[in-house]
Amino acid sequence: MARALITMPTTAKRGDVVEIRTLIAHPMETGYRPGEDGAIVPRNLIRRFSCHYHDGRDEVLVFSAELFPAVAANPFIAFSTVATASGTLRFSWSGDQGFTQTETASLAVT
Amino acid sequence: MKRLVSLMLALLVAHALAADARRSGFDDMSPQIQAMQRDDAANPAMLWVKEGEAMWGRECARCHGDAATSMRGVAARYPDFDTASQRPITLSQRINQCRVTRQHSTPLAPESDALLGIESYVAMQSRGLPIAPSADPRLQPFRERGEQLFRGRIGQLDFSCAQCHDEHAGQHLGGSTIPQAHPTGYPQYRLEWQALASLQRRLRNCMNGVRAEPFAYGAPELTELELYLAARAAGMRLETPAVRP
Repeated sequence: MARALITMPTTAKRGDVVEIRTLIAHPMETGYRPGEDGAIVPRNLIRRFSCHYHDGRDEVLVFSAELFPAVAANPFIAFSTVATASGTLRFSWSGDQGFTQTETASLAVT
Repeated sequence: MKRLVSLMLALLVAHALAADARRSGFDDMSPQIQAMQRDDAANPAMLWVKEGEAMWGRECARCHGDAATSMRGVAARYPDFDTASQRPITLSQRINQCRVTRQHSTPLAPESDALLGIESYVAMQSRGLPIAPSADPRLQPFRERGEQLFRGRIGQLDFSCAQCHDEHAGQHLGGSTIPQAHPTGYPQYRLEWQALASLQRRLRNCMNGVRAEPFAYGAPELTELELYLAARAAGMRLETPAVRP
């Protein structure tokens, strides 16, 4: 079970820059650390984050990031995009051990 | 006796308001970490709080209603006296007691995400309120034992809590500022541990630091220490869920 928090405005004026902040619960295990039994804990990272903006017609990739072992647990990613039309934003995280999570948020543009 | 205890607590608070030399760990953090704590969108502890909120809705709301009113100020007064066991009890122990006796459910494991989640959700309802220890006179002997534990030397390094956190607070241990050890923001997110953690985990970690055998989670000694620390921090504002380096 993973938990994600997304903080962004629900409404914006056309052309506004919208700030989006995301937080997801994930251990971001590096694969370099020994566990209590001395054996290396297998790597378990989020490898990629992306945000697609669907404005009713097209879906556009507005932001993406690759994550590496130096990123702390529970990664916080903040970025901004331009509000072009009412629609939904789709956030997806994917990583090691088959990890995937997708969240959506809607944005009303006036 | 009860009047005496209330008077002592009132004096503690009055003293605190007169010239408060007490500092929350928050005051000694870098501006970046302070900003992380102030902003709920960036505070990783909110991941647990949201889990706790969901659990509240599923399991607690039917009896306790809206946490914003029913749980306001509750965390500020714990540890409180438990009549059933005739002992002080911490907030997380109270939650587990409610689960076992009222819900006929299983207790949540110490430091489990579920327990930290519900505890942080309940404690957050008191955010911004002053720490207001219970004036129950039956707590006094336990509080005194807590103070003895705080002042007693332990471990191979033969240190007491007071030696670092009273006598050398504000100085440095390695690269870190020694805090005054006021429990203002528990459960709190510790960047070093990359997780939400209870006050008992913090105390146990300090005991490991002086190479003492730490008390087990839920041990009466830890509750007594918590009780003393709460009296020592009486009147300081609760910050739960705090972020610390």
